[in-house]
Order: sequence, then structure tokens, then C-alpha cells
Amino acid sequence: MNALEISGLQKTYAGGTQALKGIDLNVRQGDFFALLGPNGAGKSTTIGIIASLVNKSAGTVLVDGHSVDTDLVRAKASIGLVPQEFNFNQFETLLQIVVNQAGYYGVPRHIAKQRAEKYLKQLDLWEKRDSAARTLSGGMKRRLMIARALMHEPKILILDEPTAGVDIEIRRSMWEFLKKINEQGITIILTTHYLEEAEMLCRNIAIIDKGQIVENTSMKSLLAKLNMETFILDLAPTDNTPTLAGFTCRLLDNHTLEVDVAKQDGLNPVFSQLSEQGIQVLSMRNKANRLEELFMTLLQNGRKPEVSHG
Amino acid sequence: MANPTFVALRTIWIKEITRFMRIWVQTLVPPAITMTLYFVIFGNLIGSRIGEMNGFSYMEFIVPGLIMMAVITNSYANVSSSFFSAKFQRNVEELLVAPVPNWVIIAGYVGGGVARALLIGIIVTSVSMLFVDLSIYNPLAIALTLLLTATLFSCAGLINAVYAKTFDDISIVPTFVLTPLTYLGGVFYSLSLLPPFWQAVSKANPIVYMVDGFRFGFLGHADVSFSVSMALLLGFNVLLFGIAWTLINRGVGIRS
Repeated sequence: MNALEISGLQKTYAGGTQALKGIDLNVRQGDFFALLGPNGAGKSTTIGIIASLVNKSAGTVLVDGHSVDTDLVRAKASIGLVPQEFNFNQFETLLQIVVNQAGYYGVPRHIAKQRAEKYLKQLDLWEKRDSAARTLSGGMKRRLMIARALMHEPKILILDEPTAGVDIEIRRSMWEFLKKINEQGITIILTTHYLEEAEMLCRNIAIIDKGQIVENTSMKSLLAKLNMETFILDLAPTDNTPTLAGFTCRLLDNHTLEVDVAKQDGLNPVFSQLSEQGIQVLSMRNKANRLEELFMTLLQNGRKPEVSHG
Repeated sequence: MANPTFVALRTIWIKEITRFMRIWVQTLVPPAITMTLYFVIFGNLIGSRIGEMNGFSYMEFIVPGLIMMAVITNSYANVSSSFFSAKFQRNVEELLVAPVPNWVIIAGYVGGGVARALLIGIIVTSVSMLFVDLSIYNPLAIALTLLLTATLFSCAGLINAVYAKTFDDISIVPTFVLTPLTYLGGVFYSLSLLPPFWQAVSKANPIVYMVDGFRFGFLGHADVSFSVSMALLLGFNVLLFGIAWTLINRGVGIRS
């Protein structure tokens, strides 16, 4: 059974904006799934419908096999939601927020308090348990929303931009936490603007644009479609102007060369040619995140990519 | 194993009571001060010159109405401000994503409003006892009127908050509707003092029945039959709960 099955999902808002144009999406149980797309693509609308914050216009949604139309209570109980915006009461303490959230799911108070201690400790928030939520830093607020979403121990955790505005150190610790709970069997569905995040964490991915799914595959096979990478080479000072036969390259300044390299060609010919010209390469890096390149290509093409620069 | 629905309801009650207790200076102290001023000015200073009203000292006559005024204002304000804040800060989503039945959301918020109204009722009654020897004619009538009035105005506050888009929207109804209706609802005078036409007009004001029923509980005197007052109060409660339930079910103001 899939953790999530979406079929023909449509949403037209009151003003006439068609946010979703009939999307189909399946997420396997135990998956770590990325839903990517630019702003306004329909990610948050999709999540809103799954979490029953947004009324759908058409289509079906099954959460852990329970329809949001006919078995909403079980569907809701299966989901933990970490929304994009901070949506807790800023004047309540952390403990009140998480214990109350468990209560809404019917978790008795004494059990809720035990879970609060468990999750607030795991997310490094226990020391702040009696502080008002408004006094927390941005990163702490994000972690609080994760703790809150886990209080009823859902089978599926949906995170809408969970690491937005979070510094690198905390972001990485959140990744570790999410990987750990995924290994424990919780299905994770993630939207993010940090494509590196999706590439590092997720096994499967869907890309949504203008209310339609433009790609839905495994991360591995998506990245395999990318057969061209761009490298930036830092060159030692030289009077020679580098030229690379068989490659597209651009000299950005006297000592920076940008080269497009097809996977099958490899980098050896680049180094050989530069070496022959007496040019020393001091260092080298990827121009951009690989997924980011592919993401842009997909959105620009509006179709499944044939990423080739041959 | 506790019933999940009851756990959710109890959680909302705890949250709501914690909220108004946390800001007790804003929620509990002002009614005590306002009512003390009413008792001093209208009861002691002016009341002593007015004399008797329906066979009771003016102070005795106005106390039930003033308690009821505090109950109405506070039950309404509690739910309208709490639910609107939950919408404004979006923490109402905590409830909407959870498997909480819509009637539990309403009963939870209304329960919070009733709790504050009862506490205010106790505070204001205690203050009034400093000024007048209160007699209680029928405690059941007092409890029933208090409860039905508090639930009614809590429901009304919730409906206001559902429609409200700004904080101004939750102060318009109390200022332009509730306050005039309360002052014209027989708090400070007996309907029998009015000419027949204005007596008939006053009977279209629901607050008249609440004040009158409540006064009956204290003094044993009513301008309108107590059973008629209770029947009307119950009817208004069913109507407003039904409206609130329909609005929340449709997701008005809370779901896109």
C-alpha cells in the first residue's frame, strides 16, 4: 500500500486561479520523497489539500489508504504536518504547544507529556520548554514545528520548506534527524527550495510547475538524465589564452575558465590540453548544484528533459 | 483508554482557560473595576435618590443586570478575540489538521467563553456583596440563565470571529450592537416604567429576557414569564450554535 495516492487532483480558488490542473502522485510507504517546484507551482496547495487545510475542487486523495472524503479522521491521524509559516501561538510555551497538539489527536495528557520530553530533547529544545514560543530563534521555531508534528506519532510526516531561513549547522542537524526518523519507518514528504537538500535526503522526487507534475521519478534516474556538467577552473597566472578543442568553454577573467563537460568525455582531456598549453589548474569546482541545473531545464522546457549539450 | 474526542475537547478547554488566566490583568480585573464604579455611582450615589424599583432598593434591582452585563461582554469578548487571534496567527490550523470534529472545536471555544463568564460572574457578584445584601430567590434560575447567556454570547463571539478579517471587526459588534442592546435591556430600569409602545419594542431585544430571568433568580420578580425567557434563550442558543456549526463545517474564514 502507498502512503499517499493522489489522483486527478484539481484546485481552483474562488478568484478563478487554477492552482492544480489534475495531478497524479504516489508515494510509497517508508519513502523519503521530494516535491519540488518554483513559487506558486502548487506545492503548498497540494500539501494543504492532503492536510485538509484547503478544499479540493476535484480528484481523490488517499492517505495511508484512507480517503480524505470518506475516512477523514483516519487520514488526518496518519499525517504530521510541518507547514511553511510559523503557525503556533507565539505566547504559549513550547510545552503547552506540543502537549496541546497531542491532545487534539486524542493523546492523553500524561502520555503527551512523556512524548513532549522525548521529542523536545531529540530536537534540542527541552531546555526552552517553559519559554514562550515568540522568544525562540528561527531555527528553534522550525524544530518546534517538527516536534509538534510528531507528537501523535504519525506514519507520514509532511514538511513544507522545513529548513527555510535556517543556518547550515542547524539545517544539517535537522537532516540527520529526518534521516533517522525515516529509517525508523516514517514516510517523509518534503518540499524545499534547497535542491541540495532534496538530492541529499530524498529517494524519489516529483517536480510540479504551474499546477502540473512535470517529472516524477527516482532521484537516481533523474540525476542520470543529466549528462552535461559545468566546471569552473581556477588557473595559475599565465600569458597564454586557454583553448579547449572539443569542449565549450568561456574565459570569465584572466584566471577563471568555465568548461562544459559531457559525462562520456571525462575531465582528462581538459587537463591534458591545458597542460600542453603550459597552463596550470590550481583548483576546480562544479558551477552549480547538479539538480538545480536539471530543475531549471525541466521548468524551462515544460517537458521531460533531453539534457544534452553535445 | 480515554475517548479521543473528549481528550481533544478537554485540551481546548485547558488551552482557553490558560489563555485568559495568563492575561488576567486584561480579562479578570477590568470587569471588577467597572462594576465597582457602577455600584458606587448608580447604586450608592444616584440610586439612593431614585428610591425603590418594583419594591426593591435600586441597588438590589440593578445588581443582577450588572452581573449579566459583565457575563455577556466577557463571554463574547473571550471567544471572539481568542478565535480571531487563532485565525490571525494561523494556529487554528493546529485544530484543523487534527481529527477534531467541528462540534468539538465550537464546544471547546464556547466552553472557554463560559468558563471566563462564570469566573467573572463570581468576581462581580463578590464585589456587589460589598455594597448590598444579596438575596437569592432561586439558585437554579440564576445558574440556568447564567449558563444559557454565556453559551449564547460565546457562540455569537465565535460567529463574529469567523467573519472577522481585522481586529476592528471584532470590536464593531460589541460597540455598536451589544452595548446599546445591553443598556436598553432593562439593566438599569424596569420595563414597566416604559410606555406600552417602548415596552413592546424592548421585547424584541433578547438581552431583556436574560436580564429579567437572572433578576428573577435573585429577587423573585420578573417583567416577563421566566419560562418564556428560558425558552427564548434556549431557542437562540440552538440557532447560534447551528450557525456556528454550519460556518465551521463550510470552512468559512478558515479554509481556502
